[in-house]
Amino acid sequence: MKNLLYKLIPWGLLAVFVAEVVALLLPRPEGGFHWQAFGRLPVLLNGRVQPFDSVGRNALLQIRGTASVPLVEKKSYEFWKHPPKLRATEWLAEVMMQPERADTRPIFLIHHPDLINELDLRGKGLEKSGLFYFAYRDLTNALPTIEREGRQALGVESSARTAYQRQVVKLHHGLTLYHRLKYSLQPEETRDFAAELHAFQQAVPPGMAALRAQQAGQPFDQAAFDTFVGFLQAYDHLMRLAYPLIVPPTAATAPRDDWRNMGQALFEAGMHGGELAPAISWLAAASSAYAQNQPAAFNAAVSAYRDWLEVQASREVRKGRAEFFFNNLQPFLHALIMYVCAFVLAAGAMLTLRLWPRGSETLRRSAFYIAVLALIVHTAGLLLRMWLERRPPVTNLYSSAIFIGWAVAVLGVVLERVYRVGIGVAAAALIGFMTLIIAHNLALGGDTMEMMRAVLDSNFWLTSHVITITLGYAGMYVAGFLGIVYVLVGVSTPLLGLRLTAEGQAETVAAERDSLSGGASLATTNTIHKALGRMVYGTICFAALFSFVGTVLGGIWADQSWGRFWGWDPKENGALLIVLWCAAILHARRGGWIRERGLMNMAIFGNIVTAFSWFGVNMLGVGLHSYGFMEAGFKWIVIFAVSQVAIIALGLLPLNWWRSFRRDNAALPAGG
Amino acid sequence: MSLDRLIAFFTSLKLSVVTLVLAMLLVFFGTLAQVERGLYQAQHEFFRSFLIYWGPPGAAWKVPVFPGGYLIGGVMLINLLAAHLRYYRTGWKHLGLVMIHFGLVLLLLGQLATDLLSVESTLHLREGETKNYTVVDRRAELAVVDVTDAQHDRVVAIPQRVLEHQTAITHPELPFTVRVQRFMANSTVANRRGNNAAPPASDQGAGAQLTVQELPRVTAMDRRDVPSALIEIGTPAGSQGTWLVSEFIDQPQRFTWQGRHYELSLRQRRDYTPHSLTLLEFRHDKYPGTEIPKNFSSRVRLRHPQTGEDREVLIYMNNPLRYGGATYYQASFDTDNQGTILQVVRNPGWLTPYVACVLVSLGLIWQFSLHLFNFLRQRRVG
Repeated sequence: MKNLLYKLIPWGLLAVFVAEVVALLLPRPEGGFHWQAFGRLPVLLNGRVQPFDSVGRNALLQIRGTASVPLVEKKSYEFWKHPPKLRATEWLAEVMMQPERADTRPIFLIHHPDLINELDLRGKGLEKSGLFYFAYRDLTNALPTIEREGRQALGVESSARTAYQRQVVKLHHGLTLYHRLKYSLQPEETRDFAAELHAFQQAVPPGMAALRAQQAGQPFDQAAFDTFVGFLQAYDHLMRLAYPLIVPPTAATAPRDDWRNMGQALFEAGMHGGELAPAISWLAAASSAYAQNQPAAFNAAVSAYRDWLEVQASREVRKGRAEFFFNNLQPFLHALIMYVCAFVLAAGAMLTLRLWPRGSETLRRSAFYIAVLALIVHTAGLLLRMWLERRPPVTNLYSSAIFIGWAVAVLGVVLERVYRVGIGVAAAALIGFMTLIIAHNLALGGDTMEMMRAVLDSNFWLTSHVITITLGYAGMYVAGFLGIVYVLVGVSTPLLGLRLTAEGQAETVAAERDSLSGGASLATTNTIHKALGRMVYGTICFAALFSFVGTVLGGIWADQSWGRFWGWDPKENGALLIVLWCAAILHARRGGWIRERGLMNMAIFGNIVTAFSWFGVNMLGVGLHSYGFMEAGFKWIVIFAVSQVAIIALGLLPLNWWRSFRRDNAALPAGG
Repeated sequence: MSLDRLIAFFTSLKLSVVTLVLAMLLVFFGTLAQVERGLYQAQHEFFRSFLIYWGPPGAAWKVPVFPGGYLIGGVMLINLLAAHLRYYRTGWKHLGLVMIHFGLVLLLLGQLATDLLSVESTLHLREGETKNYTVVDRRAELAVVDVTDAQHDRVVAIPQRVLEHQTAITHPELPFTVRVQRFMANSTVANRRGNNAAPPASDQGAGAQLTVQELPRVTAMDRRDVPSALIEIGTPAGSQGTWLVSEFIDQPQRFTWQGRHYELSLRQRRDYTPHSLTLLEFRHDKYPGTEIPKNFSSRVRLRHPQTGEDREVLIYMNNPLRYGGATYYQASFDTDNQGTILQVVRNPGWLTPYVACVLVSLGLIWQFSLHLFNFLRQRRVG
């Protein structure tokens, strides 16, 4: 009975997570306004077709740092509470169609105390975990100051900006974005867009006649002229501010990406007789219905528009639907949560290996199953992204983080299959989690599926160079992580000295299992530390191969596009550093100056080299590769480097201080 | 040191590790230095040098503090070759290692050849314009052109290197001496204004109306130095005065000596080619509704009078034109989208990285596969 329980627990835990994934895939019923239908409607922004939902989501991420607006505050630790919130689409609809209500939502994040003082915002806004969120309404008095300070800070080169200036620039950018969103569907002052358009259409023929007469110097109807010109001025203003292009091309012969923004479409309609593109009428109907709180009319307009699009632009509708699905699935967020759980379980498994072998094996199995499920979700997300973008997996810094995490998880799971002691799964889970956290923070910069600049627009090179180099990074991180495990576990526990069975299980676990099943074969020649040594060496070989090939392929791409194979560009140098470090490790090992422990310490240092190559060089902000420039991350790189150096220092302690290699322990590794 | 010890030193694995680590340090500090000194300058100081010199800021002296790229690369190369000559063994087991290291030798030699032999220049064409020369980046020349004969110009071009280091320049074609009073690698030129403005830059030519100021060399990638020089024409009959020549001054400055007319101009160095290129059309496509460039392309007409070639070529991103030993890449364009800037590289060693990459990759795969199979076999046996 008890044995059965040990076996069932991993499957039970897996079932819980599978259920969560299945729940995500089930359609969500909606009463009232059909926000999902609206959120799926395609628009064109950043050079690509995307759903309204992505527009709202990316804008909200840039402004507030979250993909939704909570309506009721909860404490940050109360994760079991799910208070009502405005999802990205609903928020976007509110901004576009009922801006006066959107102005009351606390979404502008300001955390620099000097800026809060400067803008006279003390005591206003909403405080949550030390962060202050302000509504547009709170900021109206401060707008001139923000504008002035923003312009001044924008004049400073981004690498030279102070923390205060960076905050000002971010706020300025957020406000500009917000302002443009407000003018994306209709003029901000409009209350009943459908009625306004009706009046506009009525005003066009007499207005046009009056305009012609006025230009010809003949007498004209001043009232009709003024009304008409008034409309044109408003729509001209709209044309300049509108953010996404929301009116699709109507004519069947028009180029597919010939989308217009609302202002453009209305202005042109005014100049050509007043006939409106079909999209405009339905969007206006939806807007008026929303303002008058008539869900049925809103839903009817949205569904009519979608049916029309289905015929006119089926590809765009499919794209909108697919990306909406991807946005709401949030595969990387769910993978992240599962990685955390898997890591906690794997760590538990390693710590209880000696005290409670059977429980340890149960924990390890649970961790392994959950990590595999996380990997499946991660893979699905990666494939969906690739399909949405029609690109190989790595196109920018954000997707490189996603991909590195994925590759590490694959490597970790493979290692776990070979050596079943929980180390591989811990590596997969922890690095998977960390890279997804990094990706999450990089996504705050805006659209992560941006179009590729001309020089990078080559699927062949993106596939060959970028993927190989990224796999090299992943290999370095796995090796580095295994090195960390070796040092931390070796110094603080006796586990490294444990023997391994031929199946790669720790002997204690196998003994327990065998005593249960009656078997007794224990062909043990291996210990955990030797196994780790082999894993690290193998992974470094892997990393050396991919880093080298990736670096040279990068050189060849550069030769194809810039005319030189090697330009000592910081990113190239970063990749070269990894190759040199791998070569140094392999040669030092071959020459016999380092053995197991030296290999581990050098592998840990490899983490720093890789972090510098991946991110550090982007922070230097020179050279052709500096497209992924970012400022805030620098602090984290330094913290990371210091932590790695600390672990290396620990790894340099005399071996008989290590609990795994005490004198009384027979498992001392060969040499130092 | 005896020969044996010398051989032992150069073939040792320890030397490999030391040079690898030194190379890492060099690359790391060379990268950091780019922030302050710029890509170009840092490359010269760190990577294209034998020793890196350092002196306290403001001091006139400098001492070598670290081996430079050429030295480290050179030792690495000797180490690689020597070790393989000494320990060379045949057999499948070592094939991978031999391939890797031979590929690396090829890569290093290829890069050395590139460093020494490759010439980068640019070709700026407006739509409809034809040129049979390219302009060498970051290198100026003083052109002294004898324009007396309306049919033929006789050009004496004095390269920047000479202007920087020689004070008096004579040439059999020139009946006078060009004295370089001052050469400024980077400078700015301004109009003289008012009465109490700075003294004129020179007493002859355009410089009489201008002032010149030397500037520190630029470090940013996208900017370049604008050199100027103060030139004195010395003749047996005495000095003819001073001229300010600068890339800021578009028009050549004329003077007459012994009945012959000469024009002076400081311009970017030109490399003439036997063929010519005409820009037919430049295209700069953007993604809809954005400023993100989707594609740059130049449709050019290539004509070679000697071979009678006359054809159209489309040069665009990741698709250069390779012709006559040079490669033309789409590099930049004019802000009005009516002109293109092509980067032109003559690099006789351009093929080496391709070959080296294949060799090393195959070698690495070979070697690591051997390890992997051994490991798996051991596991099965164990």
